[in-house]
Amino acid sequence: MVIKLASAVLAILGGISGAMLLFWILNKLVESLGHRWEDRIKPWAFAGPAILAIGVYLIYPAVVTVQLSFANATSTTYVGLANYKDLLTSSDFLGVLLNNLLWILIVPAGTIVLGLGVAVLADRLRPRGERVTKTAIFLPMAISMVGAATIWRTIYEYQPEGETQTGLLNAVQGLFHAGPTFWYSIETLHLNSLLLMVILIWTQAGYSMVLLSSAIKATPEETIEAARIDGANERRIFFRIIVPQIKGTIITVFITVLIGVMKVFDIVYVTTNGAFNTDVIGRRFYNELFTNGNAGYAATIVVLLMLAITPVLIVQVRHFKAEEAGR
Amino acid sequence: MATVKFDEATRLYPGNDKPSVDKLNIDIEDGEFLVLVGPSGCGKSTSLRMLAGLEEVNAGKIWIGDRDVTNLSPKDRDVAMVFQNYALYPHMTVADNMGFALKIAGVDKGEIRKRVEEAAKILDLEQYLERKPKALSGGQRQRVAMGRAIVRSPQVFLMDEPLSNLDAKLRVQTRTQIASLQRRLGVTTVYVTHDQVEAMTMGDRVAVLKDGILMQCDSPRRMYDHPDNVFVAGFIGSPAMNLLDVDVADGGVKVGGSTVPVERAILDASSGKNITLGVRPEDLELTTEGQGIPVTVDVVEELGADAYIYGSTKAHQHVEADEDAEGERPFIARVDGRKPPKKGETVFLAPKTGHVHAFDASSGQRLGD
Repeated sequence: MVIKLASAVLAILGGISGAMLLFWILNKLVESLGHRWEDRIKPWAFAGPAILAIGVYLIYPAVVTVQLSFANATSTTYVGLANYKDLLTSSDFLGVLLNNLLWILIVPAGTIVLGLGVAVLADRLRPRGERVTKTAIFLPMAISMVGAATIWRTIYEYQPEGETQTGLLNAVQGLFHAGPTFWYSIETLHLNSLLLMVILIWTQAGYSMVLLSSAIKATPEETIEAARIDGANERRIFFRIIVPQIKGTIITVFITVLIGVMKVFDIVYVTTNGAFNTDVIGRRFYNELFTNGNAGYAATIVVLLMLAITPVLIVQVRHFKAEEAGR
Repeated sequence: MATVKFDEATRLYPGNDKPSVDKLNIDIEDGEFLVLVGPSGCGKSTSLRMLAGLEEVNAGKIWIGDRDVTNLSPKDRDVAMVFQNYALYPHMTVADNMGFALKIAGVDKGEIRKRVEEAAKILDLEQYLERKPKALSGGQRQRVAMGRAIVRSPQVFLMDEPLSNLDAKLRVQTRTQIASLQRRLGVTTVYVTHDQVEAMTMGDRVAVLKDGILMQCDSPRRMYDHPDNVFVAGFIGSPAMNLLDVDVADGGVKVGGSTVPVERAILDASSGKNITLGVRPEDLELTTEGQGIPVTVDVVEELGADAYIYGSTKAHQHVEADEDAEGERPFIARVDGRKPPKKGETVFLAPKTGHVHAFDASSGQRLGD
């Protein structure tokens, strides 16, 4: 324990002083080149290490991943587009894509609806009640995905009929002499996937609520009063006056949650581990690489995921720029 | 179009022990332009918001026409309001802003468009209809806010300091435009301002409020010529009326050693030997030494045709905290701009006959006619 702590401290100190030393040396070197060269080279000398790190740890692996997606399971020979063909024609993998699509359609929207609902209703509570409510809703944000999934496992848990039900849902069902139900196995209407989505919505609702609540509070009271005098009822005021004025925040929350959803892994891994047709891209990639040892399929899945996320990222960057410009 | 009636209307904010608006009684005629004016915190905006339905009425009633609207929600009152900061919907175009109320009311699109265009024409906003409020100047936004009210042809217009965010020049222009627009449309209007010049120039009648209580409600002329009490006397008119606490003497009042003649009726009405004398700066004339109010000139403001002298005289002055204090009191007078007195001179000023106001020194109520 002591040794671990000591080495952690040493690593931090070593890292920081190493970086300082590096920049000090680079600075000295550049300064020794004389004025004309110093001005030209200095920016590169300071940005260089960061660019190098991004290149080595981000861009290079990305390029290699793309390269490996054209190679076989052990990355020994190129197989062209075979991996893509295999995956995109396998009904199993298409099911995974469909699941991801469902997550994308339901979770960000659900998070926003829930966050908006809580934000609006909490706004009408007394200050103390509002604080307590918001804290309770925000709390899951502090829990890791694995932790959240583990908590919800105790809710969905199933024991064979006749045994004591330790899962909350089945225990409640038992009170009404129904069940038990093996929740994870209900594939009808993708109910089992929906149950897993609830976990992610639960963890993200707090984030959504905090942002939307402050946006709602920032809408000018006069515009609401003006609408009231213009004859609008509360529902219309909400949808016609408040929502359009917080549109920017809604988009921000939507995109942030969307990116999180596309990468979802932990929740499925901890609960069903992809069984009963609940698998998602993130977990499938992990499975291909570490369980099946198929580097080709794994790389191909990652490339497909990257392709899907890229447009979202572009929209996000544009949106942020527009928000900044509008300020 | 309709009459408006405040009947003992009272607003008490929770946690306050004094009402913000206390038993307000005003009858506003159909098509009348009534201005609520007073210093900040006097309850003028609260009164307007009570009429709009944005503020609860704790006691008394409010009527629009023959409808008791006291407990109706704003949307059922058929009133339109122009807010101080305009409260335009930032996400809608000018046309949508102006047509929003009609859209809510279910008026069909063609009709909305027609009415919005008519209003835009009146307000010179035609080329801005497709713009968002953010792309408009302050004056244009103000006109959009007006347009939003006009388009609805409501029974009552409510305006809450609609000019206070405009620069001085535009404010004067818009003041005239609003007044003439109101006369043309003939819609009953209640207008709130803290600016007594706006109140006097725009209103058919002016209601002066102080601490939630109506001090006087009269035509601008009557308000100026015949203030009911010391507060109105000091509030209406610019520069303000000179108010001096003076002792009653035989046939007049004593100011700084000389006796100023005052009507018999006023002297008879004064119960004590002490009254508050009020004279407007424009109702004074230079007179011979020893005859009128002696004033030591501190500053002379020459405005061309006129000059104002700012000086001081030795007299009581109406000061609520210590009414018997004796000493130098500020005094303002308007004199001929061609031959004004010099700084440091002592001049003697006599009030013009019939232009002397007198108030009870303790209650502040007007004495005599």
